[in-house]
Amino acid sequence: MLTDSERTEIEATLAHYPHRRSAASGAMRIVQRHRGFLSDEALADIGAFLGVSVEELDSRATFANMLFRHPVGRHVILICDSDCCYVMAYEQMRDHISARLGIGLGQTTPDGRFTFLPIVCLAQCDHAPAMQVDDDFHGDLTPERIDEILARYE
Amino acid sequence: MATVAITIEGVPHEVDDRRNLLDICLSLGYDVPYFCWHPAMGSIGACRQCAVKLFWDDDQQGEIVMSCLTRPRAGNRVAISDPEALRFRAAVIELLMTSHPHDCPVCDEGGECHLQDMTVMTGHVYRRYAFDKRTFENYDLGPFVTHEMNRCIQCYRCLRFYVDYAGGHDFAAFGLRNEVYFGRLRDGALDSEFSGNLVEVCPVGVFDDKTFAAHYTRKWDLQTGPTVCPFCGRGCNTIAGARYGELRRVLNRFNGDVNGYFLCDRGRFAYESVNGPERVRRPLVGLSGLSASELVRGLGARLESALGERRVAVGARPRVARPRPVGIGSPRASLEANFALKRLVGDDRFFLGLADGEHTLVERAVALLRAGPSPTPSLRDIEAADLVIVLGEDLTNTAPMLDLSVRRWARLRPTADEERLGIARWNDAGIGMVKKEEPSALWIAATQAGKLDEIAAETFHGAPDDLARFTLALVAALDPKALRRPPKGLNAGAARTVARFAAALRAAERPVVISGVSSGSLPLLEASAALARALPGAPPAGAAPLALVVPEVNTLGLMLLGGERLSEAFRLAVAGDVEVTLVIENDLYRRAPAAQVTAFLRACGTAIVVDHVTTATTAAAAAVLPAASWAETTGTFVSHEGRAQRSIPALAPPRPVQPTWRWLSALAAAARLPVGQDWLTLDDVLDELARERPDLAPAALAAPPADARFVAMKIPRQPTRYSGRTAMHADVSVFDAAPPDDRDTPMSFSMEGYREQPPAALIARYQAPRWNSVQALNKFQEEIGGPLRGGDPGVRLIEPPAAPGPPPPVPTAPPAFRPASDRLLAVPLHHIYGSEELSMLSPPVAGRAPEPYLALSPGDAARWGGREGAPLPVLLHGAEKLHLSLPLRIVASLPEGVAGLPVGLPRQPFLDLPAELEIDHESRHV
Repeated sequence: MLTDSERTEIEATLAHYPHRRSAASGAMRIVQRHRGFLSDEALADIGAFLGVSVEELDSRATFANMLFRHPVGRHVILICDSDCCYVMAYEQMRDHISARLGIGLGQTTPDGRFTFLPIVCLAQCDHAPAMQVDDDFHGDLTPERIDEILARYE
Repeated sequence: MATVAITIEGVPHEVDDRRNLLDICLSLGYDVPYFCWHPAMGSIGACRQCAVKLFWDDDQQGEIVMSCLTRPRAGNRVAISDPEALRFRAAVIELLMTSHPHDCPVCDEGGECHLQDMTVMTGHVYRRYAFDKRTFENYDLGPFVTHEMNRCIQCYRCLRFYVDYAGGHDFAAFGLRNEVYFGRLRDGALDSEFSGNLVEVCPVGVFDDKTFAAHYTRKWDLQTGPTVCPFCGRGCNTIAGARYGELRRVLNRFNGDVNGYFLCDRGRFAYESVNGPERVRRPLVGLSGLSASELVRGLGARLESALGERRVAVGARPRVARPRPVGIGSPRASLEANFALKRLVGDDRFFLGLADGEHTLVERAVALLRAGPSPTPSLRDIEAADLVIVLGEDLTNTAPMLDLSVRRWARLRPTADEERLGIARWNDAGIGMVKKEEPSALWIAATQAGKLDEIAAETFHGAPDDLARFTLALVAALDPKALRRPPKGLNAGAARTVARFAAALRAAERPVVISGVSSGSLPLLEASAALARALPGAPPAGAAPLALVVPEVNTLGLMLLGGERLSEAFRLAVAGDVEVTLVIENDLYRRAPAAQVTAFLRACGTAIVVDHVTTATTAAAAAVLPAASWAETTGTFVSHEGRAQRSIPALAPPRPVQPTWRWLSALAAAARLPVGQDWLTLDDVLDELARERPDLAPAALAAPPADARFVAMKIPRQPTRYSGRTAMHADVSVFDAAPPDDRDTPMSFSMEGYREQPPAALIARYQAPRWNSVQALNKFQEEIGGPLRGGDPGVRLIEPPAAPGPPPPVPTAPPAFRPASDRLLAVPLHHIYGSEELSMLSPPVAGRAPEPYLALSPGDAARWGGREGAPLPVLLHGAEKLHLSLPLRIVASLPEGVAGLPVGLPRQPFLDLPAELEIDHESRHV
């Protein structure tokens, strides 16, 4: 069952769309914000509320980078591996984060603090290499800057 | 439309600019590789495989375009074999193949794989990708379809068919990039009634036929025949394939007027009864050790003595001095078998073998179809409609392919918006977007909710009589003068619904009405015909086409042939007027109450049953003669549309099994009858049919006669590469066995014969140079999606009268349904898996069937104190009183006072519905 606040927030978005099912992606973001990730149960709840099959929701959820079908840490690091960042030493940054946190891409630190994921482009090409932590962009990365940035997220 | 002049490969062509270049090239016989485009589903441009070089005017550089998404313009030059286009296509397939497992030797698709064909055609022969392939886990998709996702090339055809066209919900594409996954959320049988089409729609081996896998044979080792699906009245065209005397699979056979490119899962997966333990393979008699010929001699003598009186009485007054034989026909037997029986026993002693209620309804349906004034709609007519109204039929379960046809129509029906926006018919994504915003043009009135409801504009639910009243109210709304007394007393809600339906109907220019006999309601049947007459239609008829669903493969043919009621045979027998009874391919226990059938079989003298499966009737017979199954016999079947179609067997029946009409001929000879002895081939029977019944003479034209030859040759059922011919009987004899003779068709059970394209009715497989998959069908059509070369097979036996007679009187509305305080009205519920007799002998289909149940509305369930799933004892007041105890299923859409009972399920008594039903309090409290 969706909670009252989840339902209220989803309902507020319905007016923006021509069809109820068009609100599905937004609804999944809302529920993810409340629950941290999208469990099978969460998809079933949203599907029942919007009249959309769970298959269709899961199809969208597994397509979208920002929708998580597995539990994630308190903070999610999305590191860009697209062309500009790749040229500007993405691999070095990736390896640095991995070494610092002791996890590879797709993994979560044992203390549940960070989940480390790749992303295809953050539209920060002029500040490559770049990453996003939660809702914050961080560009012009260096190993030192990365250490400093990560320290800000408890 | 405009015809534009273009060149393709330097050759000038005049082409239709509404079509796309891929379609045009394929229609003209050029080979262009493709994956995601499908002739029935149009273009989405996902796979990039159909790239060609396009030159505009005097341009010398040219551009690479996706031919499936490009309309021709005057002056275009198309180069398929341009070196750059060739390189592009080779690169595309190399990328598509990076993760393909190359497991062709163990893949069921091997030898008929579109990916194999396209890879060879494109010239990609050497693998350069040296990295790990992505691998997936697969799901168990139920008894019909296998799943092997590693083979996937992400063309999206499965998703487009299953979700967009067939309306399935339990299927999706998951993930992204090179890890897109097509399947369900978890293990479980695919819910769609059309899932088997994935086998043909998938261009690789991701989805294959699980029933076929259980006795797998390569396509080149299959002996195939052009059959007609025997499992409902729609008459879909199928290709049945056999090896080692066993039927191994069923595929679609294109017929643009009937089933197009698709089949339902019952039609595809229900063939096991041909191989099953229920088959009658030798004569069965009380006395053992009797050979077939001895038995026929004995039975013939019996028949002769029973008929003796009649032969003596020829020319004398037709007075029955002593009991005579009767013949009971069957809606699942061919027109020829039924006709042969009718000839043997005489017109007045031939009984149709339909349940009484059904006899009445089908008789009326034939009269309504004959009266017209519009011809019954073919698949093409339905696809051209701008509105479809379905009355009282749960199409998903009574004529499943009509359900799919309506769904495809709903997605593709032509509308003004597309014209205005210039969206081509083949632009699948574009059409999909437009249709999403358009109101539905499907309107349904039915007893209870069905699967099609979700794409309907509106659905009206009511008891059968209320559906008839509703339909007549629509007639009155459309034409106030049509009814002398329009139905009164519709409540305000129903009246508003009528107004909305009527408004839509009034605006329609090309409506189609679909109704039928499944609801068991004569008033509804007649009201449906009245509605069709009140609606506009194409001249000269000027009325809407009316499709009437009938239950079995030859129900309509049987009724066109004509005969007496089954109950009349019962009456004659019990009166002592029957000496010998011949029953063909019919289990009478499915047609009448058991007590009546048993009394009949006791009183009917010697009961001789000719059938291919054992039934309760064969068990009670004095003698059973083994008939050829539908896959082993040539015969003509008349679909609900009135289309006579020839089914030509895939395999020869093993001795002594033979077609029913041949047993009847043998009995006629043994009884020294004046008829039947000269029937040597099916054409002899058809000739006699044409002489006796000129109205049915066109049935002979459903396929070329047996003596037709093609460059002095027959058409082979086996492909050129058919292997093991000299070895497969080596355990019986080391000498090469001669192929069985086929005296009834111009086809042979061998590899030798005419290798060019046969006439449409004789196509037993789709294969063409460079095209080994089912996609080779493109080469057999006049143009893509168009009819087969020479016209789609089948001959219509019911055409509207040239001079329309007076319209049948518009029926008067039955009184409104008022549920009695202590009674419910039990109506029949149909199940795609369960209600048909032969298909339930196939374990994969039987496994999907429901157990018997009683459906009640929530209100009635509460009133009678029933809980979901708990058994409820009931008393059914049909032709006989019947005590049943059935688990309750609460169906929200059922009207109050109406109970639903599934019909046709095995091990369930004959249910004479509609009938009154009461909850059996006494046995409840015991």
